[in-house]
Amino acid sequence: MKLVLTEEEQFLKDTAKNFAEERCPISHFRSLRDSNDPKLWDKDIWKEMTALGWPGILIPEEYGGSNFGITGISVILEECAKTLTPSPLFATGVLGAFSITNFGNDDQKQNYLPKISSGDLTTALAIDESSHHNPADTEMVAKKDGKKFVLNGKKTFVIDGASADLLIVLARTSGNKGESSGLTLFLIDSNNTGIERIKLDMADSRNYANINFNNVEVSAKNILGDEETGGETVENILDIGRIAIASEMLGNAEAAFETTLDYLKQRKQFGVLIGSFQALQHRAAEMFCELELTKSSVMAAMKAADEGSNELQRLSSLSKTMAGETLHLVSNEAVQMHGGIGVTDEYDIGFFLKRARVAEQIFGSSKFHTERYANISGF
Amino acid sequence: MTNLEKFREETKNWLDKNCPPSMRNGADPDIPVDEVWGGRNAEYKNPESKIWLDRMGGKGWTMPTVPKEYGGGGLTKEEVKVLNEELFHIGAKQPLLSFGIWMLAPVLLEYGTEEQKKEHLPKILKGEIRWCQGYSEPGSGSDLASLSTKAEDIGDKFLVNGQKVWTSYADKADWIFALVRTGAKEPKHDGISFLLIDMETKGVSTKPITLISGKSPFCETFFDNVEVPKKNLIGKLNAGWTIAKKLLQHERAFISNFGLAGAVAGAGSGRDVVSIAKKHLGEENGKIKNSFYRTEIASHKIKEHAFGLTLKRAGDEGGKASATASMFKLYGTEHNKKRHELMVGASGVDGVAWDGDEFDQNDKNLTRAWLRTKGNSIEGGTSEVQLNVISKRVLNLPSQ
Repeated sequence: MKLVLTEEEQFLKDTAKNFAEERCPISHFRSLRDSNDPKLWDKDIWKEMTALGWPGILIPEEYGGSNFGITGISVILEECAKTLTPSPLFATGVLGAFSITNFGNDDQKQNYLPKISSGDLTTALAIDESSHHNPADTEMVAKKDGKKFVLNGKKTFVIDGASADLLIVLARTSGNKGESSGLTLFLIDSNNTGIERIKLDMADSRNYANINFNNVEVSAKNILGDEETGGETVENILDIGRIAIASEMLGNAEAAFETTLDYLKQRKQFGVLIGSFQALQHRAAEMFCELELTKSSVMAAMKAADEGSNELQRLSSLSKTMAGETLHLVSNEAVQMHGGIGVTDEYDIGFFLKRARVAEQIFGSSKFHTERYANISGF
Repeated sequence: MTNLEKFREETKNWLDKNCPPSMRNGADPDIPVDEVWGGRNAEYKNPESKIWLDRMGGKGWTMPTVPKEYGGGGLTKEEVKVLNEELFHIGAKQPLLSFGIWMLAPVLLEYGTEEQKKEHLPKILKGEIRWCQGYSEPGSGSDLASLSTKAEDIGDKFLVNGQKVWTSYADKADWIFALVRTGAKEPKHDGISFLLIDMETKGVSTKPITLISGKSPFCETFFDNVEVPKKNLIGKLNAGWTIAKKLLQHERAFISNFGLAGAVAGAGSGRDVVSIAKKHLGEENGKIKNSFYRTEIASHKIKEHAFGLTLKRAGDEGGKASATASMFKLYGTEHNKKRHELMVGASGVDGVAWDGDEFDQNDKNLTRAWLRTKGNSIEGGTSEVQLNVISKRVLNLPSQ
């Protein structure tokens, strides 16, 4: 496994960098936040991303995708994260596309993948049911009734849940809360009878919802993968999601760090540039090291995903932990080093802090993944 | 058969005939193992250590890329890769540990005259001369360029007076490469020269320094009216600082490997933080029983993993060494200190055992090793100096 980007991957990264800087600078995010658009992402930007082929990066060519791999989509997310670009790319282009490509049957692939590739269908993955990520704690009941299932329960913190067309839902077909067996994944149209979506207002001003399921009827044909194996399947989907979000968080951290470095080279106090103060220099140098370690961790995890390495789970937890810890540090230091303007709404750096703390919770915090890393490593 | 295949064949045959049994896989564990540093006064517990050194040194394979006229192997990069693979394949022991190879030889190749290269490189590569490094002084630690050991021009010679400190194994070395002041004190970087001095010259003396670990790998080195021939000057007069910086990069890259190499070697030898924690704190369902230690060790292991991947990435990227050497030195040594603190803490009272029969030898060794790591983040440029280098050279932050 070589820890460098291929030419194709580097090309995707460069394209994404230009796109983010030209088409959706941070002012784009700010205007969405200040608008009344409940989606909190922009249809035209999504169309442009679709024209670049991004929703289909994980989808095979026969379904309209390009099959460029996890590394390809992750470096795009990294670049888009540098300008805090909101879009359905993570929930649809990573979670939806990966789930259906890898675990869908022929009908499901035929049905959904071309529409994802063309940008006409968005998806959301509904896993958590409380304030902390833990798939095994799933309580939502899917009761078998002939050839259909009836779902009852509540999902929380569903990314893009306020707007997605298709929901990928983890429910319990047997067993009890706390067990990772007895779980099944379902593909459910978000307009189905009995589904109630409650849009969430989160600190990072992105699209999330809590979703209530009241006697929602789903055909057995809509099971993703096999009945009762959802626990395993979802871990695989989540590991890919964790790597992609870690890459996004790396992008957040890199941008916050660059912005802060620029500020240290411009702001004068006591007649000198504040970047000449050793108290700030050493902290900047330490952040540089943490960022380098995070880059390597994310790189190794992306490559492991593309190469089908048996280290995938461990590297997924490694990358989510490193990205979480580094972004936490950098977002705090960025605000502190900007001084007074760092805590104003008018200045952009606070957006990174707010995005950081929400992203840290997505699919498991650093604490969750440190524990998981230890378990996998055998101590 | 391509040339490279032919080379592999020849190398295989040569190693088969020339690598002694105790220097490779399957060696008799009862035969003593030497740490071979070479030099005029080298002593060998196992005569095969000497044979192996002589044969490898004779081929110039102790530093195989060096041209043959300087005693090297004259091999191409591809051939070196093949050689290393074949050495690895038979589990060959490193024939020679040498500051001459790690630090001085690259500098000689870049800055030395033809005559200097021909005189010194072959002896370094054959392990005939053991070198030490004369950089730091009592008054010049992190501010190395303020050094004051003086080399006065007395016609055909320099007259050297002053003191060096932290010279590794000076008491065992044959020659020293030293930074001396040949010009003005200000600007301090401009009056420094790089000089080679034979330790047998009249007026050179050494005194070991006992460290907090109880061991003495370092010495003080004194120069009292030492006469040094002018041909021992490397590079131009008063232009030694450039050479010194170059050499420090080689040294930092070398020290930063301690952290990870230590962790890898440790895992095999039982000096591994996880096995120590399981042994001293207990184990439950395969997990370290004490959850506070377990959490701290897990966080540490994650950083270790990420650091290892970063070294690998730097290699895969083709090594932009100078920009990252400081980061690796900083991180590698700080990480190594943390690892030892965790091992000592997890060992409880046994982790601070010093001597006597009541304690296990492994525990006593750990105590000494832990204390030794405190020097890692000081020697070769302190952690704070590395942070300065990163701030200025990598991040381009302004000077005051």
